[in-house]
Amino acid sequence: MLYRETGQFKRNYAADQQLFPIFQDKILLAIIVTVAVGVIPFIINDYWSKAILLPFMVYAFVALGLNILVGYCGQISLGTGGFMAVGAYSSYKIVTAFPEMNLILAIVLSGGCTAAVGVLFGLPSLRIKGFYLAVATLAAQFFLIWMFNKVPWFYNYEMSQITAPPREVFGVLVSGPQASPAAQYLFVLGFLAFFTWIALNLVRGRVGRAWMSIRDMDIAAELLGIKPLKTKLLAFAVSSFYIGIGGALIFHIWLGTVEATEAFDILQSFFVLFAIIIGGLGSVLGAYLGAAFMALMPVGLKVVLVDWIGMVPVTAKHIEFILVGSLIIFFLIKEPHGLARMWQITKEKLRLWPFPY
Amino acid sequence: MKLTKTTMALAAAGVIAGAAWAETAMADYDAYTVPNLVYRTGAYAPNGIPLANGFIDYFNMLNERDGGVEGIKVNVVECETGYNTKVSVECYENLKNEGQSGALVFNPHSTGVTYALIPKASEDKIPILSMGYGRTSAADGTVFPYIFNFPTTYWSQASAFIKYVGEKEGGMDKLKGKKIALVFHNSAYGKEPIKTLETLAGTYGFELMLLPVDHPGQEQKATWLQIRRGKPDWIFMWGWGVMNQVAIKEAAAIRFPMDKFIGVWWSGSENDVAPAGPAANGYLAGTMHAPGSDFQAIADIKKHVYAKGNGAGEEARIGEVLYNRGMLEAVFTAEAMRNAIKIHGTKDIRGEHVRDGFEAIDLSEADFERLGLKDFMKPIKITCENHEGNGPVAIQQWDASAGKWNIVSEWIEPMHDVVRKLVKEDSAAYAAENNITPRKCS
Repeated sequence: MLYRETGQFKRNYAADQQLFPIFQDKILLAIIVTVAVGVIPFIINDYWSKAILLPFMVYAFVALGLNILVGYCGQISLGTGGFMAVGAYSSYKIVTAFPEMNLILAIVLSGGCTAAVGVLFGLPSLRIKGFYLAVATLAAQFFLIWMFNKVPWFYNYEMSQITAPPREVFGVLVSGPQASPAAQYLFVLGFLAFFTWIALNLVRGRVGRAWMSIRDMDIAAELLGIKPLKTKLLAFAVSSFYIGIGGALIFHIWLGTVEATEAFDILQSFFVLFAIIIGGLGSVLGAYLGAAFMALMPVGLKVVLVDWIGMVPVTAKHIEFILVGSLIIFFLIKEPHGLARMWQITKEKLRLWPFPY
Repeated sequence: MKLTKTTMALAAAGVIAGAAWAETAMADYDAYTVPNLVYRTGAYAPNGIPLANGFIDYFNMLNERDGGVEGIKVNVVECETGYNTKVSVECYENLKNEGQSGALVFNPHSTGVTYALIPKASEDKIPILSMGYGRTSAADGTVFPYIFNFPTTYWSQASAFIKYVGEKEGGMDKLKGKKIALVFHNSAYGKEPIKTLETLAGTYGFELMLLPVDHPGQEQKATWLQIRRGKPDWIFMWGWGVMNQVAIKEAAAIRFPMDKFIGVWWSGSENDVAPAGPAANGYLAGTMHAPGSDFQAIADIKKHVYAKGNGAGEEARIGEVLYNRGMLEAVFTAEAMRNAIKIHGTKDIRGEHVRDGFEAIDLSEADFERLGLKDFMKPIKITCENHEGNGPVAIQQWDASAGKWNIVSEWIEPMHDVVRKLVKEDSAAYAAENNITPRKCS
């Protein structure tokens, strides 16, 4: 019904290759963009910004980065938390060393730093695969966090907890306590939209196809003339770039202060990995859906159990542990390919509604 | 079939989102909102539970006995954080406008969370009471107008420990050449005293051994091997949660004399020593208040709350160190609210009024007696400029056979000149970094 494509013809290659070829998808996207840019900035408050939208958007950003590495290139990584910390601490060093620098530039530069570190820790991927690589990247997680807690240069010889200084972008304050929720929201939204667009194009082009061929069978890919060294390291670089920017956004915009051992510990790595597994490996939409599930489900359950039903917070927390865990298992049994695949199936059904098969 | 399930899932997601929109609408009239960030789950729950119980029981007692603070009931709203900074930020944003009064004060209960909330709460004009933890330099009220960390801070406590050691060794000049080990939680919290201790090591000529322990602190074999090799004369510990009891057990295993092992006041509760059994006998810890349940206020809690079946925890555990500390937080909060009502002459108070109430806290021996807490702690006075209050520190000792803590020292006055100088330096750096103009205090 909704997704019936009858009458939508492609007359040239450009039309055939556009990002959203189906008319209904364009309408959906237009509605989302209108709400995101035209409605939310005017009604957003502190709670919606700090507790719901910013966590969702930064985790979507980080999940997008990890999905490039794990979902598209097939290189399992457990070092996400460590790379997020690299982004946060390098952006802290950059903004405190060059107070005049534009925050956007500083954050992109910190993404660059993280990309370099990611390539370094991606080197073992040329020799080892699968679980063995997961363990090697786990070493990155532990080493990086240890380093940011141990070496005082990274936190300017203060306490190991770093605090984001207030910074303006084009005359509007976006970091620090006085920043308005709307400015912070739009700042992160801008990053997310731009880099999602980049990722969408990257994964369907030459580079993305090379990643996927390495993922599906590296020996065959090599025979086809794809260089594993270049391709794998590029995946590590791009993925870490995204993750580093995500870490910098968590630090500057969402939390305003982080401590490496607490904010970017091993649980963060698992959190993002779960997000992409539940959302759907090898799918940009999956990163969004997975981040929404992992970041917003606990908040939603809390609202329902504590504020509506009036449960004691600690009991609600225990029930939340049980429910979130069960929901993860439920989703993975019902749809091992994640929420993104579920959405795809829904679309197929809607195409043939009311008589899907 | 599959379609219906998907639709249901989508509908459920929509309902949850709608719920979040609606939640701010609930208003609780005729009551003051006092939120409390608690952790009854997670790695630090054994310590978080008694803290939270003491806090809520005291306010429930006030509600039952006096009808609240100055006749207005107090609604303590707990938010479960699991000692997680990100969840705590969500809790803070969720609760700051709760009820008619809005949040009147926040107790973050974690140094990391305190750091995260300091800039935001100052902007929202809600005071933060980080009682004996958090950012030490927040003791400078000119730079941190909304942050309170009285009765004393980590830095003051470290200097008091050095004074205690000096006294036991027979004079401050005897400290020269002594070796003191600091076993600390490897986080911003655990690192707090290092600067002060290093400064004092320079002054008195003792040697400082720094031994970090990573979260959560179950694995300390290497640390205690280093202690056996380094043979320190004294050990200080800045630990929290399971780290404390593991350290005490390890110290017992290497037969380190317990009366030369001093924990910070977060390393000195029943949870920390009981698992080590008789071996923990004689272990020392700093404290800011007396242990035990021998106080009128606690008798009132038992009578008005527990006898009616409304207690938050087990009655047998009332009077434990962390329970009393939670209660003390509630006492200070209630007194600040009372002061705020008096100063502003209205019962319609908000967070910024309670801030003024905190700055007017001036509790004498007689005031503590009026509160039913005779000899619970020393008099305390907060000013606009000094949010630390310069309270003294006592040393308590664990008596394993009796199963209770006893205060064994005089109330030690910290080295205010040393600490105040470090506080001023650090707060000035913070002010410069964040474009804050310190306010005038006279």
